[in-house]
Amino acid sequence: MMGFALMAVALGGRLLYLQAVDKEFLSAQGDSRHLVDVAIPAHRGPITDRHGEMLAVSTPVDSIAANPQKIRLAMNRLAELALALDLDEGLLAQKIMSNLDRQFIWLERHLRPDSAARVMQLGIPGIETRREYRRYYPSGEVTSHVIGFTNIDDWGQEGLELAFNHYLEGKEGSKRVLRDLLGRTVQDVELIDPAQPGRTLATSLDLRLQYLAYRELKQAVQDNGANSGSVVILDVETSEVLAMVNQPSYNPNDGAQRKPGPIRNRAVTDIFEPGSSFKPFVVAAALESGRYQADSLIDTSPGFVKVSDSVVIEDPNNLGEIDVTTVLAKSSNVGMTKIALELGQQDLWTVLSDFGIGRSTTSGFPGESSGVLTDFQHWRPVGQATLSYGYGVSVTALQLARAYATVAAGGIFRPVSVRVVRDPLPVERVISSATSAALLDMLEIVVSVGSGSLASVPGFRVAGKTGTAKKSGVGGYSEDKYIAIFAGIAPVTKPKLVVVVVIDEPRTGVYYGGEVAAPVFASIASGALRLLGVPPDNLQEPALHIAALTEASP
Amino acid sequence: MFPGSRDIESSSGISLKPLGSSRLVIDPSLLLLTVVICCIGLVVLYSATNESNTLLVRQSVRFAVAFAAFLVASQVPPDALRLWTPWIFCLALGLLLLLMAMGSASQGANRWLDFGVFQFQPSELMKLAVPMAVAWFMSERRLPPTLGQLLVLLSIVLVPTLIIADQPDLGTAVLVLAAGALTIMLAGIGLRVLLGIVFAAAVSVPLLWNYMLPYQRSRVFTFFNPESDPLGAGYNIIQSKIALGSGGLFGKGWLNGTQAHLEFLPERSTDFIFAVMGEEFGLLGLLLLLILYLALVARGLYISYQAQDTFTRLLAGGLSLTFFFYVFVNAGMVCGLLPVVGVPLPLVSAGGTSMVTLMVGFGMLAAINGHRKLLAP
Repeated sequence: MMGFALMAVALGGRLLYLQAVDKEFLSAQGDSRHLVDVAIPAHRGPITDRHGEMLAVSTPVDSIAANPQKIRLAMNRLAELALALDLDEGLLAQKIMSNLDRQFIWLERHLRPDSAARVMQLGIPGIETRREYRRYYPSGEVTSHVIGFTNIDDWGQEGLELAFNHYLEGKEGSKRVLRDLLGRTVQDVELIDPAQPGRTLATSLDLRLQYLAYRELKQAVQDNGANSGSVVILDVETSEVLAMVNQPSYNPNDGAQRKPGPIRNRAVTDIFEPGSSFKPFVVAAALESGRYQADSLIDTSPGFVKVSDSVVIEDPNNLGEIDVTTVLAKSSNVGMTKIALELGQQDLWTVLSDFGIGRSTTSGFPGESSGVLTDFQHWRPVGQATLSYGYGVSVTALQLARAYATVAAGGIFRPVSVRVVRDPLPVERVISSATSAALLDMLEIVVSVGSGSLASVPGFRVAGKTGTAKKSGVGGYSEDKYIAIFAGIAPVTKPKLVVVVVIDEPRTGVYYGGEVAAPVFASIASGALRLLGVPPDNLQEPALHIAALTEASP
Repeated sequence: MFPGSRDIESSSGISLKPLGSSRLVIDPSLLLLTVVICCIGLVVLYSATNESNTLLVRQSVRFAVAFAAFLVASQVPPDALRLWTPWIFCLALGLLLLLMAMGSASQGANRWLDFGVFQFQPSELMKLAVPMAVAWFMSERRLPPTLGQLLVLLSIVLVPTLIIADQPDLGTAVLVLAAGALTIMLAGIGLRVLLGIVFAAAVSVPLLWNYMLPYQRSRVFTFFNPESDPLGAGYNIIQSKIALGSGGLFGKGWLNGTQAHLEFLPERSTDFIFAVMGEEFGLLGLLLLLILYLALVARGLYISYQAQDTFTRLLAGGLSLTFFFYVFVNAGMVCGLLPVVGVPLPLVSAGGTSMVTLMVGFGMLAAINGHRKLLAP
């Protein structure tokens, strides 16, 4: 009997100890097993065009993770798990067994929520799901260079996704939840920190213009068998980027297509020598110097000019004595050389630099190049001469567009912006309005009667300049590789758009900017002006155009 | 022989007939206590099974069957029981041997005899047959037993115990051993004999150790240091201690136990249901349950005290103390006083067979008391 009394006392004493004395410790132990602080995922902010069209959106996905130390106890259910995840069972087992020192490994990322739910329904211990967000780009390859993409952890890797990563990313929250043995969340206990989704990034792009430019560029690159190409459209009034497209492109929704070549946003990363498309800025400097007017005469005979003992600059044929307007219209290298050598080095450099040549656009795009404009103190006459027709200087397509927009805006330089401009940015007058007006007139003549005639747009007055640059490489300039350029402004009466078209290495025998790039400009500009509802400023001879069309059709 | 025992025999045929002239034997205090404990069991079980109605209904059916067995057993006169005892013991032993033969043929552990419609565990029958046999053996002899008689008694207890331990079913073996040993103790043994047995037990521990299976050894190891293998063998005991501690004095309230409801506590509807109750009803609830158990044991011991012959006195005392032992082993296991052996909490844990055995035992207690009263002048 004593024994039984002892047993009863021992039991009672043990219970008293556990439930009264050791209660705090044991309760805390219990809480640590089922109360867990978990992160509340926050999705990334969307990226839109200027009208709110979605260019990048986040869609919810679920990722499956494992705690190897727990799943080790349920290895007999691995076959089921492998089947549900569509993974090889052997590899899965290896992955778990080689990570036994860890408590968290990913098994499969970014599953559709219903697929993940099926995996969780198996109720295998140590398997958990995490809500994540995956980026989706509705306009795919059309906007891929501008928008860029994120990696699997939703961090920006390219384009605006990278440039505005901190702006776009959401802030994870956290909450305390009740979890069961299998790691399933049973109940939310308290919210510690609410999640904050990322902010919306409204870009300045106009998706309609983007599609238009992309289609035309792709067609032109294909038709000309070219290596690559870029088109940039700027709004003259704000210097907003309305469209920026490149070829080759890639579909950002497909990770396999993210290869170094296609993902390059060539319009900001690739520099080229602008050739004749650079001439207007040298002419601007000439007009600003007061020594030249549009009708100042320059003698280009006998069709060449010797700038040093070994360097002779020549035109295709002897143009004789021509005015500055004709120098541009006929794109005379001799004329440009004579003008440039008359100008003060510092004055010329200052004007060019004011146009943004050699200065970054600070658009924020990753990998953006600033172009190259050598300091005037290092200039020698040969360099100054070749600079006048666009060699020995390098620009990006975006820089070239910015410089043309400055001409189009009456000499006002505005920083380019890839975001919608709500408050006007600080502006700077770099040439007089008289100079810019004179230059615009000259550039209109280039299109109406000169080398850029294929750039004309029915119903609109168009100004612009062609460029055909020999590509430089190892051992000097190539004789058969060209870059065809056209930079244009429309409509001339009240400039709205600047469009720059760059086609790299056309290979079908036709390579002049006026033949390869100018027609692309015409298609893009005519479509864009119509889409934007810009009123035509050149309707006096519609009958003539129709007659010309009917004549051409049979 | 007590006077009037012949009358018991003659009336036994009548009392087994439901519509006989003899009144139905019902022990109100045993009935009340078992019903209350079973009801508490159902309440806790409902929570332990995450509010499963199916399991609740299944357990209620088991209760109904067990109570029917209780009522039937209550009607069996103790003298008839005493006459049947050798046959019951031999039947149980035979079934165990049969099982052992089948088990060795099928190369695996086997505790169950499958009769198609129901399964039967002969070791359960042994829980009753062993104390009955001990009581029966001593019923015609003078107490306390001589050393020679003691050896016979020990073999009555140890042979089935070892067979059951070999199945292997350590939990049931311990209970059968306890049932037999406690009954022998009630028969009276001298201090020297007791010391001898303790010594023999001490000697046999290493032998038993050799005999144990790895999983059984690891349970003993784990008992001494559960934290050494928190994810493996020590898991159960750590989780049940946490459950008890989280309950505190007054518990978290019914259906609010996190250890059980979040599935941290294993075996929560069977062997570890005591921890579920501790978490949800606290120390207060557990003490109430233990008091009810003690009341049952006290009632059994009172019946034993009142019993009029050696057989009934020994049997009643043995069954009562064994019941106490069941409770102690389960509760001790759950709160970490004893190693983890698979012993259910009597009348509360889910499971049918052991409950029927227990209620038959209480039926015998009721019969011992009821038929004595019947004979009172």
